[in-house]
Parts: sequence; structure tokens; C-alpha cells
Amino acid sequence: MAALTKEETEALIQEVLEVYPEQARKDRAKHLAVNDQSLEKSNKCITSNRKSQPGVMTIRGCAYAGSKGVVWGPIKDMIHISHGPVGCGQYSRAGRRNYYVGTTGVNTFGTMNFTSDFQEKDIVFGGDKKLAKIMLEIEQLFPLNKGISIQSECPIGLIGDDIEAVAKKANKEIGKPVVPVRCEGFRGVSQSLGHHIANDAIRDWVLENRDGDDSFPTTPYDVAVIGDYNIGGDAWASRTLLEEMGLRVVAQWSGDGTIAEMEKTPKVKLNLIHCYRSMNYIARHMEEKYKIPWIEYNFFGPTKIAESLRKIAALFDETIQAGAEKVIAKYQAEYDAVIAKYKPRLQGKRVMLYVGGLRPRHVIGAYEDLGMEVVGTGYEFGHNDDYDRTIKEMGNATLIYDDVTGYEFEEFVKKVKPDLIGSGIKEKYIFQKMGIPFRQMHSWDYSGPYHGYDGFAIFARDMDMTLNNPCWKQVTAPWKTAESPDVAVAASA
Amino acid sequence: MPSVMLKKNAEGKLVFYVPKKDLEEVAESVEFDSSDKWGGEVLLSDGSKYYFEPLDGQPDFPVTLRAKRLDSGE
Repeated sequence: MAALTKEETEALIQEVLEVYPEQARKDRAKHLAVNDQSLEKSNKCITSNRKSQPGVMTIRGCAYAGSKGVVWGPIKDMIHISHGPVGCGQYSRAGRRNYYVGTTGVNTFGTMNFTSDFQEKDIVFGGDKKLAKIMLEIEQLFPLNKGISIQSECPIGLIGDDIEAVAKKANKEIGKPVVPVRCEGFRGVSQSLGHHIANDAIRDWVLENRDGDDSFPTTPYDVAVIGDYNIGGDAWASRTLLEEMGLRVVAQWSGDGTIAEMEKTPKVKLNLIHCYRSMNYIARHMEEKYKIPWIEYNFFGPTKIAESLRKIAALFDETIQAGAEKVIAKYQAEYDAVIAKYKPRLQGKRVMLYVGGLRPRHVIGAYEDLGMEVVGTGYEFGHNDDYDRTIKEMGNATLIYDDVTGYEFEEFVKKVKPDLIGSGIKEKYIFQKMGIPFRQMHSWDYSGPYHGYDGFAIFARDMDMTLNNPCWKQVTAPWKTAESPDVAVAASA
Repeated sequence: MPSVMLKKNAEGKLVFYVPKKDLEEVAESVEFDSSDKWGGEVLLSDGSKYYFEPLDGQPDFPVTLRAKRLDSGE
């Protein structure tokens, strides 16, 4: 199908909105837009970070998911207590595939679930005593932990437990950082506020721990990788590139990260932000307090990688700039071969994306490197500064949808007929049953890494594997295809 | 009275950021911008205006200051 014109896309949005009651239609209309590259600011065309309409199928998560699942969870040598009933922690345990090095249960705890398992009596009488007790138990059972974070679930805020007081007391008793995080799920409209709360908790309870301590030897090339959660090994694929160009990566936030690395981050010379949405708060704080500049970068696809490496190198001296060129030249044969192999198989295919807070714009470059076109994109929990950054990445007259509902997404797909959809697990089986190839783009569909040059090869292979899988030709039952004799008979009758 | 984070970008222009509103905008002009006085009315590139209590000298950017919103520019 040929690309839609601006008018057709607008008509499509109107058509999809028609089924809603008037009020809901008015609200949802603000969240759907046709991209117009001439706009400088997204607030002219789209509203974001607003409460979802009751009754629609939203794909968002909660503040607890943003804090425990995204920001704090991957810090591998801390124990993160899901404070409240058992379900929130148990059903989200280990699903995000934040890889790490270490012995789980001994010195790292990434895939384990720690919970205070609230019962009725804890709700009635408060859970502070229980919390104090389990922290001592943790110290006994897992003595190699480097700290504890308390991730509040909804009831903690509802019953008003004073977890800060418990944390301060425990901190004195066990002599390790104990961080209370007020990330109750009901706060905010999506996981986005959870990221902010988690960032603020790091700011208040972790970042200052080594202020005034200059024992850590620094170099002029110290950087921190912020907002890379090492999904399927992403941060490792990124880190090698930075190290090859001559930089020293002091900290990884927070995939495969440790609390010691986070405490050392204020000593670096530059913060590199991959996921802007979830970690810009702490980068801005460090900029103000420690005068550490920060830049955003994008390690998806060779074009964007080269662009980002040069952008990073420009902030350092000639050795790093030469290093960046060397890295780009070194991998050129490798990524040229990947493009030569997969581009003919993927050329001209159209993709629709609907992911979280960074990939809806970051992966566009990687698809374009493979000759594919992104015809629709949207954020679950992006803010307007994310959409500002998206407008230029997307083609004119393409669809942009914020907090898209299950119904709208399905209707858009039926009309736009993309060749591939990239979204989350809840969408995966719906679209596969509709006969459309699908990649789960939150945790790379059990694959990865996708960052860096090494990741690009895997990305290209996965897209080809999914799109050109022969199974898609078998989706229509043989008696329903045009060549089937039954259909011919029925047509002649 | 939003808290505004101010910093200089690579071109030396003042960048205006209001966290609560996700507003990230370049300042077009600052009323008082000399070595001994800074503040007053700040005009942003989207047309909105904010007012800062004048300070005795340039603040140490990046910095967070309180501003008063004068005109939305719409």
C-alpha cells in the first residue's frame, strides 16, 4: 500500500475516533496527530502525559513499575524490597531481561523477588515493624548485599507508613545505604512519574554519599552511561564502543550497575543519556549541582551510532575524536556486510511502533539503515519534550499516537497495513493472530542486544527472521485463498 | 511561580526548562544581562514571557530560579 497523504491520515484518525462517546472523542483527538516536520514544538499538535480515559484499554504501567522495574531493579548488588502485597513484585520479577554479571543470591540479586508480603494485619496495624524485621533478615541471609531499597506498593501510601524513619534506623543498624522510595502505583498517570520519583530518591539518598571524598582517581575521559538498562546485553554492546574510542566508563545506570558506580558518578566529566525519559531528571540535577554536562545519544543503527560517537567525541580532545573515527572505520566492513545482506530482503517494508519512552524515536534510524520506513509511532508514557524530539525523526504525514488505546491501535493497523509492528507483549498475540509480523520491542523478544554495531547485526537478523518467516503465508486457511476451488465455485454461483 | 532551570547551550544561548511542564525553550532576550545585573523579563522563542527578580550579577549557570509567568504568548 502506498504511503498515506496528510488528508488521508487525518481522515483515518477521524474515522477511528467516531465510535467514542463525545467526551472521550474530544479527549482522545488531542492525543492523535499527523506528523508535520515543519512544526518546532509538539504541543501544537499533540497532548501527552495525561490521565488515560476510564474504560479504554491502555497499555501503560504504574509508578511502582517505573521505579522498581526500570530504574532501581537493575542495580544488581542492592536488594530491592517490594514493600506491600506479594503480587506486584512476583509478577514483574525478572521479566525485563536486564542482564548482569554475578552470582544471583550471593552478591547480585537482579532476578530475585524480595517482598514484605503484606497481610490483612499489616494493613490494619501498619507494616513498619515487619519492614524493620525483614531488613535484618536480609542482612543475615544475604550479607554481601551493598544496600537495600524499599519500593512502595500502593497500600504503603494509603495507610501512611513512615518508611523513611524505618530506613534511617536500618541504615544506622546495618551501616549500608537504605533507600525508601515513595513510588506507590497510584501516583501519577503512568510509569513516568515512577522514573521521576526514583531519580529523586537517588538524588536524595545516594548521589551525595561520596561528596568531599576525593580518593577515587579520576581521568579527563571519565563518562557515565545513563539510562541504559542492559536489556539482552545492550549496555555491554554500547560500553565497548565508548571504551574503544578511549573513554573510561565509570558507571552504568542502571543495567549491570552497582551502587558504588552510582555514588562515583558525580566525579565524571560527562553524562551520556540514552533513555532521556527515565533519567533526564538526575542528569539535570548533576548538571546543576556538580556542573557535569550531559548529552543524549543514540546507539541504534550505524548512521545514528556514527553521529552519536562524533557528537560525544566533539566534547573531548583530538585523541578521542581520532578514536571515534577509528571505531567507526573498524566496524564499517561489519555493518556494511549486514546492510548488504538484509537490506534487499527488508527494503521498502513499513513499520509501526508503539513502545515506551525512548525507542519510538531511537530505533527509527536503525530501520532506515535497513531501507525500512516507520509509518506510525507513539509513546506509552512520553512527555511533550519526547514528541519535540520525534517530529524531526518521522516522515511527513505519518501517524503519531500518544497513550494509544487497544482499539485505536488495532484500527490503525487494519487501515495502514504495516509489514511489521514493534510493540509490547500485550499487543503481540493480537497482531500475530491478525497475520501481521510482530517484534516485542521492550525486551527485544528474548533476543538482543540491539545497541551498538554488534547489536545492529542481531537487530537486522531478527527483523528479517520475523518479517520473512514463511508462516505468515499460512495464516489464511487454504480454502479461503483466492486460488482455492471452493472460492472459485462460490464466486461462479 | 514555576521553578525554572536555566543553562547555557553550546551556542551560548540561554536554555529555559520548566520540569513540571516539559517546557524546553531557548530564551530570545533577557531584560538585564550584564555583569552586574541579571534578570527582569525573559522572552522565549515560543513567545511566552517570564519575569525573574533582578540579581546583582550573572548567576552561575546551570541554576534553578523562581520565575513569574507574565504572558503565555498564545
